Formats: sequence, C-alpha cells, structure tokens
Amino acid sequence: MTDTAKTVDRTRVARWLQEYGVYVAVVALVLFNIAFTANFLTVGNFRTQLIQAAPVLVVALGMALVIGTEGVDLSVGAVMALSAALVPLYLGAGTLPAVAVALAAGLAAGTLNGVLVAKVGIQPIVATLALLVGGRGLALVLADGQLIQLHDPDFLALGNGEVLGIPVSVLIAAVLAVLVAALVGKTAFGRRLVAIGGNRRASVLAGLPVNRVLIGVYAICGLLAALAGVLSTARLGAGDPADAGLLMELSAITAVVVGGTPLTGGRVRILGTVMGVLLMQLVRATLIKHNLPDSTAQMIQAAIIVGAVYVARERSSR
Amino acid sequence: MEPVLEVEGVTKTFAGVRALDDVSFSLRPGEVHALVGENGAGKSTLIKVLTGVHKPDSGTIHARGVISTIYQEVNLIPLMSVASNVYLGREPRKRFGLVDWARMNSDAAALLKDYGIDTDVRRPLGTLSVGAQQMVALARAVSVDADVVIMDEPTSSLEPREVETLFEVIGRLHERGIAIVYVSHRMDELYRICERVTVLRDGRRVHTGPLADLPRLELVSMMLGRSVGDIRSHGATAFEGDHEAGREPVLRAEKLTSGNRLGGVSVEIKPGEIVGLAGLLGSGRTETARAIVGDLPLSGGTVLVGGKQVPQGNVAAAMRAGVSMLAEDRKTEGIIPHLSVRENIVLAALPKLSRFGLVSRARQDRIVDTFVKRLRIKVSSPDQKVAELSGGNQQKVLLARWLCTEPKVLLLDEPTRGIDVGAKAEVQALIDELAKEGLAVLLISSEMEELLDGADRLIVLKDGAVVGELAGEQLTQDHVLAAIASGGADD
Amino acid sequence: MTAAPTMAAQDSTRRELMTGVLQKQGAAIALVLMVAVAWLLFPRFGSLDNLRDIALQSSFLAIIALGMTFVIITGGIDLSVGSVYALGGVLAAYGSQWGFLVALLLPLAVCGLIGLINGLLVAKTGMAPFIVTLASLLFARGLLLAITTEGATTYKIPEGEAFVELGRGTLFGFGYPVFIAAALCLIGGLLLRRTRFGQAVFATGGSEQSAKLMGLPVARTKVTVYVMSGVLSGLAGALTAAYLQSGVTVIGVGLELDAISVVVIGGTLLTGGMGTILGTVIGVGIRTVIQNVINQIGTLDSNYQSVVSGAFLLVVVVLQRSLARTTARR
Repeated sequence: MTDTAKTVDRTRVARWLQEYGVYVAVVALVLFNIAFTANFLTVGNFRTQLIQAAPVLVVALGMALVIGTEGVDLSVGAVMALSAALVPLYLGAGTLPAVAVALAAGLAAGTLNGVLVAKVGIQPIVATLALLVGGRGLALVLADGQLIQLHDPDFLALGNGEVLGIPVSVLIAAVLAVLVAALVGKTAFGRRLVAIGGNRRASVLAGLPVNRVLIGVYAICGLLAALAGVLSTARLGAGDPADAGLLMELSAITAVVVGGTPLTGGRVRILGTVMGVLLMQLVRATLIKHNLPDSTAQMIQAAIIVGAVYVARERSSR
Repeated sequence: MEPVLEVEGVTKTFAGVRALDDVSFSLRPGEVHALVGENGAGKSTLIKVLTGVHKPDSGTIHARGVISTIYQEVNLIPLMSVASNVYLGREPRKRFGLVDWARMNSDAAALLKDYGIDTDVRRPLGTLSVGAQQMVALARAVSVDADVVIMDEPTSSLEPREVETLFEVIGRLHERGIAIVYVSHRMDELYRICERVTVLRDGRRVHTGPLADLPRLELVSMMLGRSVGDIRSHGATAFEGDHEAGREPVLRAEKLTSGNRLGGVSVEIKPGEIVGLAGLLGSGRTETARAIVGDLPLSGGTVLVGGKQVPQGNVAAAMRAGVSMLAEDRKTEGIIPHLSVRENIVLAALPKLSRFGLVSRARQDRIVDTFVKRLRIKVSSPDQKVAELSGGNQQKVLLARWLCTEPKVLLLDEPTRGIDVGAKAEVQALIDELAKEGLAVLLISSEMEELLDGADRLIVLKDGAVVGELAGEQLTQDHVLAAIASGGADD
Repeated sequence: MTAAPTMAAQDSTRRELMTGVLQKQGAAIALVLMVAVAWLLFPRFGSLDNLRDIALQSSFLAIIALGMTFVIITGGIDLSVGSVYALGGVLAAYGSQWGFLVALLLPLAVCGLIGLINGLLVAKTGMAPFIVTLASLLFARGLLLAITTEGATTYKIPEGEAFVELGRGTLFGFGYPVFIAAALCLIGGLLLRRTRFGQAVFATGGSEQSAKLMGLPVARTKVTVYVMSGVLSGLAGALTAAYLQSGVTVIGVGLELDAISVVVIGGTLLTGGMGTILGTVIGVGIRTVIQNVINQIGTLDSNYQSVVSGAFLLVVVVLQRSLARTTARR
C-alpha cells in the first residue's frame, strides 16, 4: 500500500513540475534578478532581452511542432546560416525579394526533411542530420566564407526598427506565437499533428493524411528557421553564415523541452515553449550580468536540459 | 513427494484492482499442471509473479530450483543466430573469455534435433517460422537446467505437426522430473497432456484438482462463473442472433492476395448481416480485415463497396467509400492516449467537422454528446483523457469514432477483448443493434462462443485461405474445428 | 496478449539483415572504386606520403567511430563525442606538464566519467540517448571553456615531452596513432563478435525487452558502451593533442556527425541490433578519401567537404531505406 502511495505522489509531483515548472522557474529568476541585478527592471534591459530571445522563439515554435510529431529537426541552425548567406546576395534587388528567397530556401529545406521522414521513412535525427552537416557548408560556399556587412536601411529595420515602441522582431515573434498556438489548437492540421505524435499507427488507421501533415510540419519548421535567420541577420547588420544559428538547434530543443512539450510527441505546449525561451534567455542574461563565464552558462544549460527531460519522461515504455 | 513449487496466499494489486487475491497452489516434480482462466482472470499476473517480474504484495513463493518460461510471443532476438539465442548469456567459452562458436553451434544443433529443428543454427532466428522459433525458445528454456517450465499459450502459433512435437517434448520433460505449468484455453490439449488443473477467476483460485474426471462443461462453467445449465441454454453472450439481411451485398472483397499472408480470400457481406471470420491465430483474419480497409498492401484482388471499386492501399479512400475498422489492439492501434475522449471520438471525422481547416467546436460537442449517451460511455466529462478510462469504455470510445464516420461496412477485430463482463455485454448488444439498423458487420473474435452467437454466417480461414463457409445449423464449434482440420493445402 | 508474429516478422528480419549486409558490401565496393579512380586521376593520391597522410587522418576518427559503433548497435546514439574529443585534447595538453602518465590518463578518466554519466542516465532513467548526449555535448564544451579561461588559453605540450611521441612518432613512416587505431579496432572487433559482452550488445539493440527477459545485464551493457565511447573519444583527443603538440580548443565541432555518418555508411543499422567494426573502418576510409580528393583538387572550397559529406550521408541513408523496401516486395 505504501509503495503505490509513494509512486502516485512522485508521479503527481513530476506531472505538476512538467506542467508548471517552467512558469515557477521564470518567476523565481525574475524575482532573483529584481533583487540582485542592477538595471534589471529597466525598459532598456527588457528590450534587449526580448530582442535576443525573438529569433530563438521563432525557431522554437517550429521545433515544438516537429517534436509534437515525435520527431526532431537538427538542421534549423544550418537553415539560419543559409538565410544569412542568401540575404546579402539578393538584397540588391530589394528587401522583399531577399527575404522571400531566404524563406523559400528554408521552406525547401524543410520540405526535403519532411519528405525524407514521411515518404522515405528515415528517422528524423538522420534525415535532418544530413542537412545539418551539409547546410552550413553550403551556406559558406554561397557566401565564399565571407561575412558581408549590410547597409540597406529597410532590411536593417527588421532587426532594429520599432512599431509602437515594440521592436519589429519581437512583434513578429509574438504574432507567430499566437498564430502557431491557433494552428495547433484550432485547426484540423494541428489536431492531426498532435494525434500523429500521440499514436502514429492509430492515426493511419483513422485515415489521417499522415504524410501530408509530417511534410507540412517540417516545412513550417524550415520556414520559421529561415525567418529567424533573416531576423538575426538584420539585427547583426551582417550576413555571417559561419556563426548564424550556431548551436541554435540545442537552444530550441531545450526551450521546447523545458517548456513542457514531451519528446515522445502527442502534446504541443506553445505557451510553455514561450516560457522556455524566456527562461533560457533569463538564465543566460543572469549569468552574464553576474559575470559568470560562458563555460558555466553552458554547463548550467546542460543541467537544465537533463533536469527538464528527467522530470518530463514518460513512465510507460514505448 | 516434496513440491518443486509452492505458492501460498499470493496477493497482487495494481492501482486498486486485485489482480491476484490470496492465490495458493503447489506443483509436484514432473507434474504437468494446467492453469486456466478467462482474460483478466490473473494468469499472466501469476506468471509474472512466479518469474520475479512482479513482487507479490503478500504471500510467499517457494521454488526448489530454476523456473523457466516460454511466452506466447517469442521473446528472443530475431536478428541474432539460432544458436546465439539458445545460449545467450551462457555462451560456452575458450581461453581469454572468447566465445567458442564451434562448440556453441554444435551443441545447439544437437539440442535442437530433439525438438524437431533440423536447420543451420547459424541462420538468424527471425528467418525461421514462428513455430520453429517457439521451439527454440522452449529448447532454451529447458536447457538452463530448469526444474519448472511455464508455458504461456505455447501452441497458439504452431502447426499441428509442431504441436505433436511439443507434446513429445513435454512427455520427455515429464520423465526427467521437470514440472510444467501449462497455460492454455484449448480444452483438447489440456485434457490430453495435463494431470491436474487450477482455475483462476477474477484473481482468485476457484478450483484445483485432477483433470481427467472433470467434465469440460464443468470446467468452463468454473472459468466463467456461470452454472452449467446457464451455459447450455443461454450461451454466454449478449447477441440475440436474428438479423434481417438485405439482398445485395454491400461489401464484395474478391480474391484478396498479399504475399504469403493472404491467398485469394473472398468475403461478401449484406447490409444488416454479421459475418464472422473464424480461424486459428495466424490464419489471416486480421489481414483480411486490414486488406479490406486499405491497410495491407495487396498484390491481387479487389474491394467493392456498393458496387464501386475502392482504391487499394489507402485507408482514407476506404473510409470515404464507407469502410471503417476497429483494430485488434486498442492500446497501440486505437486510442491516442493523451488526447481527450472528445478528440478521440472525432478524430476520423475531422474533415466533416471543419471548415477552411478550422474545427467547429459546436459540431464536435454535438456529436460527442450523442455518442456518449448512446453508447453509455462512462466519463466524468468529454475532456477526460482517454487513457484514464477503463478498457471497456475505451473500446466504446473507439466504436464511437468509427460510427462517427457513418460507415456502410464496419470491421470489428476482437471488439470485446480484455474488457469486463458488463461492458462486453453492452458492446455485443450494440453490435446487434447496429446490424439491425442495416450496418454490414465483419466480426473477428477468438472467443468461439461470441463468434457462433453473433455471426449470421461464418467464414473459416486457414493459412490465409478460405477453407469453409458455415451458416444456420452449421454454426457450431465442431463444424468450425472440422473445417480447420480438414481444409488446407497438403491434404 | 498480442497476436503471434506472422510472416511479416520473418520478412522484416530478412530485410534488416539484407540491408546491413548489402550496405557493407556496397560500401566496400564504393571504397575500392573511389581509391581506384582517385589513384588514376590524381598522381599525388597514390604516393606513399599521401597514403601515410590518409592513414593518420583516419585514425582519430576511426577511434571515435569505434566507440560510436558499439553505442549505435545497442540502439543508442552519442552526440557528445565531438566535445569530449576536444576536451580530451585540452586535458591531455594541460596534464602534460606533469608527465606522460597524467597526459594520457587524465583525459581518459574525465572523458570516461562523462561517458559513465551518459550511460547511467540512459540506462537507469530511460531518457532518450540523443537528448542526454546532447546535454553532455554542451556540458563538455562548457567544461572545456572553463579550464581554458573561456577558450583563450591553448595549453602547449612542453618541448621534448615523451607524450608527443605518441602522436608524432612513426613506424615505417606510419604514425603511431595509425597502429593504435588499428589495434583498437581489432580488439573492438574481437570484443564485439567473440565475447559474451558482444552478444549482449547485439541482443540489447536487437530487442531490449527480450534481452531483459532472457536475463541479460542490459543496463550494465548500455553503461559500458557509453563509457567506451567516452574513453575512446578522449583517447582520440589526447592523441590529437600529442600530434599537434597543443590542446586546440576549437576542434571537434560537428565531429559526432562525422562519426555517425561513417558508422551508418559502413552498414551498421541506426535502429540497432546489427553492425560490424569492419564496416565502420570502411566508412572512415570512404570519408577520408573524399576529404583527401577534395584537397587534391585544391581549387575547391574546403567548405565543400561538409557539403559532400552531407550529400553522401543522405544518399547512403536513402539507399538503405529503398533497399529495405525492395527486398520486402517479394
């Protein structure tokens, strides 16, 4: 009797942690910073944090969808690099064409991933691995390995401009978050996505267009990654394919997992993902503000990933 | 003679349900002891407790030696060689701890000859027939110097010839003083080789005693908890049995062929008719259903619904044509565990419930409400996670899902498997009702009674081919077994 | 109570085996062809100097891929090998101030410990290997930054230190690392195919649940392969440090992907249960030849290497899948 009682309590705690842990952590960290960090509660600081977090959120939104289908996309960083390489090449024709080309490339990459996973049946890790390996190299080849300074004011506005006092990139990220949440919660596509991640076999037997949904999910992820690449390139003011999106897949996966979306698929928590991005951003910022070195930041990030996944793991085996 | 296995007062509870309730029995050396009971009676839990997978909440187990088990699903490693599988974990070694392949292979070959396996032991286990694999599993189980061998439904995938070999092996084990716990629902086998029997029902041991003098009907009644007279007169199911079928078949599946799994199976169902598929495990019943609903790649054959041909290999197309299937394993093929009851019910009908891609909550609610009421699904609210429901209610949710698609033909694969008696009766009554309303139903069930009571017509399958069609007076177990026994390629 | 396996399971087994075998044979043929073509097209390719160079370049990756092979056969994956490799190099250089033994043992110990943590998390908590080792990747990199003052310090191995011989010494012109890699691969092959441990590795990857029911030490096996992977990656890093005479901090980024690529190309199934060391060695050979050829061409951007590698991996994996499909259509 005591054995079962203990396990039930532990499961309940674990489940609560998975659901609300990220909110608690964010609040705790904010409070900590208000108390111990100088200049934390300033508009300038909030602005900086949000601007830095915006591209990560955009990528994480796409990643959350993919993880919801029990998949993963390791190529998002490479797609960002492709954006960083393509934008300078087409900026001469105007901001819109340049952005369009970058987005198209991201869409194409994502679709390729999706086809490999859905039609050919390759595991997501391997399928997106190929693009991860080759994508950045391709970007560097396109850019001749150079970092290219950009001067087009319209384009740079994407990174530094404001609308009603809110930075453009933050606005875009926020709008996308709402859109993706609606996609998951209210559309047939979203409900199918969640069902497919929850039980692929049952979804097939229910006549769901599994392949179409999977390809769509990876395509959206690629598109969003490309958009994030555009935003970060705009903010940097330069196309830097060597550095753009480096280790972004890690940040995105961390944010999604910490935010409570299980790696085993079947559930997508957009609000949790937003919180996850904010949390990781706060962690990094807190460490920097308190002069803790990069090394410590990385090790702490690693510990957080392990902690979040440990808490979130399903007891039933698959 | 001192017992080789002594189980006393074992109780095991899972989440408030008593899977085993104060169970005791003992096993003598060399004894062949039958363990019987319906699904959910506690047999598999008892086995797991005996083999140490679960610890009992109370009670003791005294085993005077090694206990080995062979399971219904062959629990070996298909990609590794036959010999490797036999000796996995105990490979004979040479100097430096290196595995002695030569000796392992020759030992394995010699050992397996006794079990009727005469094949290259270096070939991967997975390339053998299931029956042969089962034999390898048995050889392994015995070769660990076991004093007790538990056999869980060992003949469910064996050919008759292999069954004979198994019985020979059991005879030899008996002579060597090795005790056997034989779990099966096949009466003929039990009466042939077992000396004593223990009957479990609802987690309790209701009887232990010699088998020879126990009439079958009495044994069955003990398993079911019904009196003998009851079974004789009313049958054990809630099917009422009389349906009026339409004249033209709404489903015509002709000469369905797929590799060596289906060899030209043809099935016709009229509206309002319940057609049952009978046959042993592996005879192609599930494959037939899957083929009709488009889940099995076909190398030949056609499916016509209402006279129109259905494009093959596409579940969505079959569903649009009006065919829906309730799959065999609701856990892996049915429910989406983390989604709500509502979401599970509407899953297959999403196209009908959404406009411009947006799902209409109002329409969803209406449909869900209707079906929850009609099928009497016990939920606290339609938002409850479906994984929290009982097996019976989950099955009803799945039935609701398929009924949402307004099918013309409903394929049911083991619709009452693993659900409690009450829900079972409700589901059976519902199937009856649906047939009365004009639905064409294909019923697959491994419970003979259910099949015989529920079906208007029976198609008997063996090894992927139709070996008989029974109707009316012929709907008896003997006729079915006769059809299976006599039908077949090599006769 | 599930239905008994039908003919489908037999087909599936045949399919998987055929895929792996054909894969390995295909890889071997591809390697021979590549070498032949390269030999014909680039006179410098076949020179002894170049061959020695190729062998040396391959040896570091081979050692890492050896560990990765074991991990993948158990059905897992180790994404941390690149960072652990770099960490091993830095630790070796850092420890060299205290002599040969410390230079060699410090990286092995620390990297082995990281492998141990990986293995324990995977085996005992059931967490997905890719996320556990992804976290280790981050952790190891962070640790590396920590001991090199955020990447600023590059420890140099003191001149005349015996440890350097390990990386720079030669026998018949071939560097010591080549012999070390060859010896380790031989031992690894023996371990895999001729010991109880090897059998347990195959069983764990083939069907973990059955392996458990058969009484095999599945958890212990898993922990061991991750420790092996950690130690071998650390060793490769240490040897690299010896060769370069310093602990370079920026190497190893993305190396895990190279390791996974060569293992997959060599015919080891990512789903586990099947694989060979020989296949991995062939995979390493293919990759090094590609690299070398690109260098020979000279005019091509070095970034093309990763593009070609990525494309190659893609082609290989797609072929693997189509092969699996066609053998099934019987």
